[in-house]
Amino acid sequence: MSTASTALGDSAIMLRRNFRHTVRNPVTVFNAILFPIVMMLMFVYVFGGAFKVPGSYVDYAVPGLIVMAITYGLGPTAASVNDDMTKGIINRFKTMDVSRGAVLTGHVVATTVRALIAVGAIIGVGFAMGFRSHGSALDWLAALGLVLLLAFATSWLTVAMGLSAKSVESAGLATVPLIMLPFLSSAFVPAATMKTGVKQFAEYQPFTPIIEVLRGLLSGGHVSTSHTVQALAWCVGFALLGYVWAVSTFKKRA
Amino acid sequence: MENTAIAVTGLRKTYGDKVVLDGIGFEVARGSVFSMLGPNGAGKTTTVNVLTTLLKADAGTVRVAGHDVAAQTAKVRSAIGVTGQFAAVDELLTGRENLRMMADLKRIRPAAPLVSRLLERFELSEAADKQASTYSGGMRRKLDLAMTLVGSPQIIFLDEPTTGLDPRSRRTMWDIVRELVAEGTTIFLTTQYLEEADQLADRIAVLDGGRIVAEGTAEELKRQIPGTHVRLKFATLAELDSAARVLDTGTRDEAELTLRVPSDGTSRSLRALLDRLDEYSLNSEEFSVHTPDLDDVFLALTGHATTDTATENAPAANAAPAAPAANVTVTTEEN
Repeated sequence: MSTASTALGDSAIMLRRNFRHTVRNPVTVFNAILFPIVMMLMFVYVFGGAFKVPGSYVDYAVPGLIVMAITYGLGPTAASVNDDMTKGIINRFKTMDVSRGAVLTGHVVATTVRALIAVGAIIGVGFAMGFRSHGSALDWLAALGLVLLLAFATSWLTVAMGLSAKSVESAGLATVPLIMLPFLSSAFVPAATMKTGVKQFAEYQPFTPIIEVLRGLLSGGHVSTSHTVQALAWCVGFALLGYVWAVSTFKKRA
Repeated sequence: MENTAIAVTGLRKTYGDKVVLDGIGFEVARGSVFSMLGPNGAGKTTTVNVLTTLLKADAGTVRVAGHDVAAQTAKVRSAIGVTGQFAAVDELLTGRENLRMMADLKRIRPAAPLVSRLLERFELSEAADKQASTYSGGMRRKLDLAMTLVGSPQIIFLDEPTTGLDPRSRRTMWDIVRELVAEGTTIFLTTQYLEEADQLADRIAVLDGGRIVAEGTAEELKRQIPGTHVRLKFATLAELDSAARVLDTGTRDEAELTLRVPSDGTSRSLRALLDRLDEYSLNSEEFSVHTPDLDDVFLALTGHATTDTATENAPAANAAPAAPAANVTVTTEEN
């Protein structure tokens, strides 16, 4: 068997393992799917009325909630990567000549798939709550591409955090910034309405351009080129940083 | 194929300025059980980690299954199975799924018959479809070992396989090890239990402070220390006193009313001793012959008992385990 097909086969076995973990550990499912939906209900039905946004609030909030759905699923990944490293199982794989990246790839792919399911759920519930999109099929495809890229990028970053954390608890905590950042972006209110300082932060942080691009695509409106470039740059940056950090930490620890 | 399963020479490993393995060397014959015996912090796990490709040695050569661990890592890995100190099972998967995963990773098809066979052999069939997190410590160890056996590796490393197990599970583990050896598997076993090494191993290496202080069969090790003696217990102090006068090589213990007389343990010397007692009309209430066990061996070889503490310059013969040692350094193995 060639090295590449061995690596692919090993990754598939690890992916199956991670999917089983997701199904067996209800907290993971809760984090990835239920919590963003609860947030959505709160923002649309409770706070939303008080926010001044262009158009209906649910239309405004869905893109931000999509991003939250992605970041909320990250905590359990960091914890389970750390768990793998600190318990004996990783040594078992290493003494068996399982291809090096398979364990990490399994986590990244499982997290990405979980994120996609959560995003699907958010969009579905969004539609039920009155969300309407004027985007074309091409816009939706582009939005899906961005969601996929963001999920993939943040998954690698999370895997790296899980690898370098000292304990399972601190691994889970390491992803908190990624979960909190969308709150300080244009996810729920336009950045322009925020106080000075917070406003600048919101404008320049990674999630604002990503959310703005998604919003543009889903509403079928204008998508600014500078936002698109920034969004893609952040995603690719996250992915590269996460990958390099994860692989070097894995080599050191494993 | 050569007759040596594992060959190690001049193996050194240091962490910072702490020397963990100070140039150890040994050979393990194919199909035999080799036991590395030593207290915590002696370097046992480090040795296992180097031999199983998890750690790089600082110096020395290590050949496992005929392959160099540093240069032919993949070949070594395909020949070995490792059961570490902490059960390496996936707790969220069931026993069956854990074994299935191992079979998949080793590309064994079809996997189901092998998996069922292993579950049966390790008496895990009933719990096969329960998550490993619900297993008892003994069951986890069994599952762990079953996972190690997937693919029938030629050489199996067991790092303290019975630490923390109840006596019954320990016996089961021993039986499994004996079965494996009967099938021709080579076993490298580390343990802090002298009895375990005595029971299972063909050869024993005593590791202390990163050095092998003795190596040989259990019998050879026991022979290295003179210490077979006859223990006589008397009813009264007066009888003990007169016995001590007659048998002047003995050591008296007034509290216990016993006399320890060195002896080579042969029937002739025992008869001579008994005759002498008879001659003076002395009668001991109890009479027993003691051959040193591995605990005595360990004490004599390392100058300290098989505990977590290492005592420096303690006189070998009378370092009573209860007596507080003047110079105690505690070392723990950390990986």
